[in-house]
Amino acid sequence: MARVVVDVMLKPEILDPQGRAVQGALGRLGLSGVTDVRQGKQFVIDIDGDLEGDRYELMHTLAEELLSNPVIEDYTMRVVEEAS
Amino acid sequence: MSPRVGVVTFPGSLDDRDAARAVRLAGGDPVALWHGDDDLKSVDAVVLPGGFSYGDYLRCGAIARFAPVMHSLVDAAKGGLPVLGICNGFQILCESHLLPGALTRNDSLHFVCRDQRLRIEDTSSTWTSDYAAGQEIVIPLKNGEGGYVADEATLDMLEGEGRVIARYLEVNPNGSRRDIAGIRNERGNVVGLMPHPEHAVEELTGPSIDGLPFFTSVLTSLVNA
Repeated sequence: MARVVVDVMLKPEILDPQGRAVQGALGRLGLSGVTDVRQGKQFVIDIDGDLEGDRYELMHTLAEELLSNPVIEDYTMRVVEEAS
Repeated sequence: MSPRVGVVTFPGSLDDRDAARAVRLAGGDPVALWHGDDDLKSVDAVVLPGGFSYGDYLRCGAIARFAPVMHSLVDAAKGGLPVLGICNGFQILCESHLLPGALTRNDSLHFVCRDQRLRIEDTSSTWTSDYAAGQEIVIPLKNGEGGYVADEATLDMLEGEGRVIARYLEVNPNGSRRDIAGIRNERGNVVGLMPHPEHAVEELTGPSIDGLPFFTSVLTSLVNA
């Protein structure tokens, strides 16, 4: 059993209007000094068996091609748990 | 015989019927295509309609891109089949990498629905040849994620090659870079457009009939081919 966590964020140069709206709300609710907010997505994927070799490579490929859009987004992927 | 223009229905498509009706009013023969069927039924051109395919889950167009019909369509488009993607269809074309760039949430964060003035910038594409260069038109626009983005090099390339087919006038409704409303591929057979020409084909139901030439253009090119 493996747990894969994929974080997807808009690239720094892409405007994030949702993050900007959250930044405004934080300020209105009394949190001063917020200089930036970026909003992203997190995928938590549990998979039977070990994630090695071709399967690991395929997971990376799908994180890039399905879970994120490389035109506007970056992703990071990590395996957080490998107890069987 | 009239050219056959396929209109794909995905789960969540909204404008497939209006697109088929626009094809018919332009003089073509609309053919219903289904997302789950990779058979393009020998159509001469395809419209990817607006709506919210797969509920816009993940990203707009991200799941539709992997539908069986898209496997056939991507190959056919690369071979020269005329394809027009409107709104969600434009998003699907970008996710499929048939067109560069991506469409992101409107900078206002609001869903925008308005009659939008555009300038037709390029009349060399299969879908814009019946317009005059520089012609101004008014057609409906309705989107929540219509902001066109691409890196500066891609934007420069699109402008340099005349591949911006339409630009927003008066108001930029969604924060699109360089006021881009629509683009085409290098060959000119694939066009993506955020506003909706299929809703402006009849005086009774639209703000104008300015959208009709998108559909007559492709028929003209097919008949002359």
